[in-house]
Amino acid sequence: MPAPDTNPDVSALAAAPGLEEWHLDLHAEGARREEAVARLQGLLLRAARFEVFRRAGSLPQLSAVELDELAQDAADDATLSVLRRLDDFRGESSFRTWAYKFALLEAAVKVRRRAWRDREVALEPEQWEKLAHAGPGPDDDAENAALLDAVREGIRTALTPRQRQVLVATVLEGVPIDVLAERLGSNRNALYKLLHDARRRLRSHVAAAGFPEANE
Amino acid sequence: MTGRDLDPTLLRLLGSGEPEIGCDECFEQLDRYVELELAGAPADALVSGLRAHLVGCPACAEEHESLRALLELDSSS
Repeated sequence: MPAPDTNPDVSALAAAPGLEEWHLDLHAEGARREEAVARLQGLLLRAARFEVFRRAGSLPQLSAVELDELAQDAADDATLSVLRRLDDFRGESSFRTWAYKFALLEAAVKVRRRAWRDREVALEPEQWEKLAHAGPGPDDDAENAALLDAVREGIRTALTPRQRQVLVATVLEGVPIDVLAERLGSNRNALYKLLHDARRRLRSHVAAAGFPEANE
Repeated sequence: MTGRDLDPTLLRLLGSGEPEIGCDECFEQLDRYVELELAGAPADALVSGLRAHLVGCPACAEEHESLRALLELDSSS
């Protein structure tokens, strides 16, 4: 379903990078700032709608109106983030691109969390046994089977419980990292670091088990 | 057996092993990276570790795809 573009003025602005000086007024006061904030809100709403409707397939239970409300919420949160971080903009990209990423992030996270809102996230360590079903099929050779054994053994013995939990949930259960972060009271960056460390440990274990290419 | 022969699930479990940045740093660099990509510049050389992160992090990869698609839509309108 394409995103309805109800901001023709903002579309024109987005297509005309030369008109981007308006964002300097976000640092001003009074009416100039208010006008710039309104432009920013329009730009971010356009980006949030783009993302929400792009991912609408994961939210079949929501109507177009509800999807648009989700986009509006994302745009509001993104506007606050952009205004809070204005001084971080260094001009390494256009302001429009820099601002867009805040709206896309907010919208993407809201879509993922909404899609998983009523779904159970299985965090039991035993879930990694599913690897047996996700791995090589009956036609694979003994080397593949041995590799699978090494990986399974590594998940069981080489990882901390928390690393195992994050690796299994994100990779084997397909839980989005934002959703898992919310359930565990953490954040995306911290969980990804756990995942990264878990993968490194697992590669080392598998390499020591006779598959050095896993660590190359 | 090489990494290319691995089952996709095993690849996602083991990761690429290449140096990569984290999610926060990816967000900080994403706007610059995508503009470099769209300009045909060597984005991977200029923003090291971001491509490897996108391979390992589906959430950041989705947001990269979306930012790129949105900018392409802007430039075509």
